[in-house]
Amino acid sequence: MKNLIDILDLSVNEIDELIDTANDIIANPEKYREKCRYKKLATLFFEPSTRTRLSFEAAMMELGGNVLGFSEAASSSAAKGESVADTITVVSGYADIIAMRHPKEGAPIVAASKSLVPVINAGDGGHHHPTQTLTDLLTISRTFGRLDNMTVGLCGDLKFGRTVHSLIAAMSRYTGIKFVLISPEELKVPRYVKETYIKAKAIPYEQTESLDEAIEKLDILYMTRVQRERFFNEEDYIRLKDSYILTPEKLKNAKKDLCILHPLPRVNEISTAVDEDSRAKYFEQARCGKYIRMALILKLLEVE
Amino acid sequence: MNVDAIKNGIVIDHIIAGKAMQIYEMLGLDKLDSSVAVIMNVPSEKMGKKDIIKIDKNIEIDLDVLGYISPNITVDIVEDGQVTKKKHIALPEELTDIIACKNPRCITSTEQGIHHIFRLTDREKGVYRCVYCDTAAK
Repeated sequence: MKNLIDILDLSVNEIDELIDTANDIIANPEKYREKCRYKKLATLFFEPSTRTRLSFEAAMMELGGNVLGFSEAASSSAAKGESVADTITVVSGYADIIAMRHPKEGAPIVAASKSLVPVINAGDGGHHHPTQTLTDLLTISRTFGRLDNMTVGLCGDLKFGRTVHSLIAAMSRYTGIKFVLISPEELKVPRYVKETYIKAKAIPYEQTESLDEAIEKLDILYMTRVQRERFFNEEDYIRLKDSYILTPEKLKNAKKDLCILHPLPRVNEISTAVDEDSRAKYFEQARCGKYIRMALILKLLEVE
Repeated sequence: MNVDAIKNGIVIDHIIAGKAMQIYEMLGLDKLDSSVAVIMNVPSEKMGKKDIIKIDKNIEIDLDVLGYISPNITVDIVEDGQVTKKKHIALPEELTDIIACKNPRCITSTEQGIHHIFRLTDREKGVYRCVYCDTAAK
């Protein structure tokens, strides 16, 4: 039985297959309408989410399956102090596959060790978010027709931004990649991410605090939100939350085929005026999320 | 300085100078009923200075603890006054329940009944990371 805890649980070939399946689902949705009939997906969200949970649920519904679960810890037994291990042991008896989001890092590893059915990590604290990365990869692949040979700029909260860590890990496996890491000093990418995925593979990278200086070099600009929920100290959050705001003005020097991505939700880090720009792909990215999750559910349930 | 040779027991040698008390505590040697000699700052050709622990009894020792605290340690098993076994201890690949993860966001900070597991990710620098959250052990 296969789980998806970390994007690196999937080989490059497996990711290619998922992207192919997602593209086929987009082109021929009717082929997939009954694929998961009588199957149940449990969405266990110990932390709030809109896109990820709803896209998982929409994905399962479009495959003809059913969903059950909860959308916050307060409405589960976790509020009574139940452990992750016990919750999963019980729920894996009710569902065929589980998608779980938990504020604690590594919680999905505990879940997978107890579960009788495949577990998908739908985000664990500031650690991993592999299905967002699959979404990002599908969007990049559909935009450029490739996943190699590009300069990837990551901007904002690179410290707690789990989507950033997973995307760096995933993109580091393709040739011709260069990273530009744009963040304030306090929100720089964690050392282990830099050492494991960038330095160890001798991938060219630069670190800067200036989005203006970096923007003209980029093929992809991956914006992130400074997340209030990751700070223990409100003062630090307030000081850093407006570090980078992308406006049409800032895009003047950017490439004509730049691809602007954001895992969403955004607060104010991308001005709504940018939404009209053809380079803004973040809403298309959100749409891609449903299709790649459909492909993933099919793979983990081993549905042909 | 003279410390009596042991007849049956264990000699933990080539401990990095200053680390002997940490090993003493982590192995729980204070709970033994036999005599234990902790010798610190012994002159050493190879190491300059080193620590040595002599235990006057053959006991089971967690070699992973030794390797983690002071790599390149040697453990001599002494029987009838003779060294019958000599073990060179390298950094272990995995540490289970030897150190705890300090990351307050790690699942090990709240979940009961799970093992604290760290994996060696950089042998050269001796870096261990929590298998749950990837935080480096300090």
